[in-house]
Amino acid sequence: MPSTAAPHGTPEDPVIARIIADHLGVEGPLLPILHAVQAALGHIPAAAHGPIAEALNITRAELHGVISFYHDFRDRPAGRHVVRICRSEACQAVGGVALSQAVLDKLGLDWHGTTPDGRVTVEPVYCLGLCACGPAAMVDGALKGRATPEDVLAGLEA
Amino acid sequence: MKVYVPRDAAARALGSDAVAAAFVAAGHRVIRNGSRGMVWLEPLVEIEEDGLRRAYGAVTPADVPGILSGAVESLGPVEDIPFFARQTRLTFARCGLIDPLDLSDYEAHGGLAGLRRALALGPEGIVAEVKASGLRGRGGAGFPTGVKWDTVARAQADRKYIVCNADEGDSGTFADRMIMEGDPFSVIEGMVIAGIAVGATKGFVYIRSEYPDAIDVMTHAVEISRKNKLLGRILQSSHEFDIELRVGAGAYVCGEETSLLNSLEGKRGVVRAKPPLPALEGFMGRPTVVNNVLSLATVPVIFERGAAHYAGFGLGRSRGTMPVQIAGNVARGGLFETAFGMPLGDLVHDIAGGTASGRPVKAVQVGGPLGAYFAPAKFDTPFGYEEFDGQGGLIGHAGVVVFDDSADMRAMARFAMEFCAIESCGKCTPCRIGAVRGVETIDRIAAGDAGAVPLLVDLCETMKHGSLCALGGFTPYPVMSALEQFPEEFGGLREAAA
Repeated sequence: MPSTAAPHGTPEDPVIARIIADHLGVEGPLLPILHAVQAALGHIPAAAHGPIAEALNITRAELHGVISFYHDFRDRPAGRHVVRICRSEACQAVGGVALSQAVLDKLGLDWHGTTPDGRVTVEPVYCLGLCACGPAAMVDGALKGRATPEDVLAGLEA
Repeated sequence: MKVYVPRDAAARALGSDAVAAAFVAAGHRVIRNGSRGMVWLEPLVEIEEDGLRRAYGAVTPADVPGILSGAVESLGPVEDIPFFARQTRLTFARCGLIDPLDLSDYEAHGGLAGLRRALALGPEGIVAEVKASGLRGRGGAGFPTGVKWDTVARAQADRKYIVCNADEGDSGTFADRMIMEGDPFSVIEGMVIAGIAVGATKGFVYIRSEYPDAIDVMTHAVEISRKNKLLGRILQSSHEFDIELRVGAGAYVCGEETSLLNSLEGKRGVVRAKPPLPALEGFMGRPTVVNNVLSLATVPVIFERGAAHYAGFGLGRSRGTMPVQIAGNVARGGLFETAFGMPLGDLVHDIAGGTASGRPVKAVQVGGPLGAYFAPAKFDTPFGYEEFDGQGGLIGHAGVVVFDDSADMRAMARFAMEFCAIESCGKCTPCRIGAVRGVETIDRIAAGDAGAVPLLVDLCETMKHGSLCALGGFTPYPVMSALEQFPEEFGGLREAAA
């Protein structure tokens, strides 16, 4: 268990402080803050917990409860590339299971896994709204319809 | 000459950005419209010359010179393509037709006419008109929208809110995404009318994070609306309304309205017990209208054309039109807006052309991951809230996912339970524990334990009646419909006979 004392001097501190300050006037600011922290830092570092909890007058336990509830929030950085493959029914109807299996096998991963070299993380997603052109995937934010393993794996070498 | 290349997420996923770039490289200005909804033809490019728009389907960058020179044959006007010609487009009338972020284009195609009429009618007149239209919640629950607005309008509070539920997580549905990307001002106009009706001055749009394109378009549309007095002081009237966009964080259950409200407040997205209704104690404990994107996007056309016009379409208590989304293993997938009442089989075979694989249709799942599977024996069911309920199903958000005869129905039933286990908010036991036990029980059946079938049935009964919300309560629909219509795939039955 890392120290629960308010951390000082981590490089993320000014970024976190600025994000909190930017959102304090918002009604229900926690999710916008968490999204902004993750967008800036790639994950929600432990260093952010103390300042956020203090600013919003909630306990660290409550904050942890919120962060861990939502699939999107990460407590550690993802791989350099993030592949999200739809597991939902409409994509299953057109070979979604085979697509995800081929990609996972090729990378030697299970769902949520990251390659040992930190290159690729593969995550399931439950619907990208591309249900009439599945199977669907999102590779580093770019959507792919009627995706093949080759489409998904292209450009992940570096 | 005008060139239209959709910026809809499905079109982009099929390469429309590269097509648009090819037209730009050839020296043309490109309008990035929404999708016309014929996803199998995306990227669907339209070229407008002399007032006539000609369509070209499944365009690649290599086709662009041929389209410009006339060497590539056109599909003709979109309106003449049978899939489109057979629709009744009210909610989606402008989607794909206009530049989504051009407010004057929106207005030239009927936009804001509804809002002007609503302003003249006043709050009570607005609620009466929505009630008269027969509009019911398009998110799936089918609750009368006018009744909900009336409740919020009558509630006394210092602040009230309009919340647009854009957490469209159901597999097989993409209508909310399409309208936000293709006609965002219709959503905003609907929210403004709702705000005037109930006396709310603030609205939220809660958009799922899986929809980056919709978030982008809606963000721009809200900014444009503020600059043009569609938000702020509404069209120079005495009414004020503003909208804030919020992004979800990958929790399916946040599509449930009370869970969504908790998420908006910055809490875990757990379901709240009802009562109190969100209409009385919603966001921050204040009276709140929570409506689906489609419900709100349909409001402007109801006011533009009148409640009687809208209610003139439909069947029984299902009034108006429904944007049906046909998806999965389907030859012609896309969005088909039609009056309630079309038989399911007509949608699957006549409209969508059956499976993409060319194999026989085995079943369709209607209404997302909590919707029942319908085997072809039930294909005469007319598309309507009560009609589907009578067949042990639900129309939900009107997604229709087609499966061919290679589908493994036991695997689909297992997936329904697995999905419920992954996405359960954890508040109530039947859902949190039941879904996990459901997966285990189906695995026992798969291993040949016939005695587990009655256990599964019993478990489904408990989840259906004992869960706090539709996630645990409706997961039994896909499971039981698969078990009842395809008992031979729950192979324990054969073991028992042996």
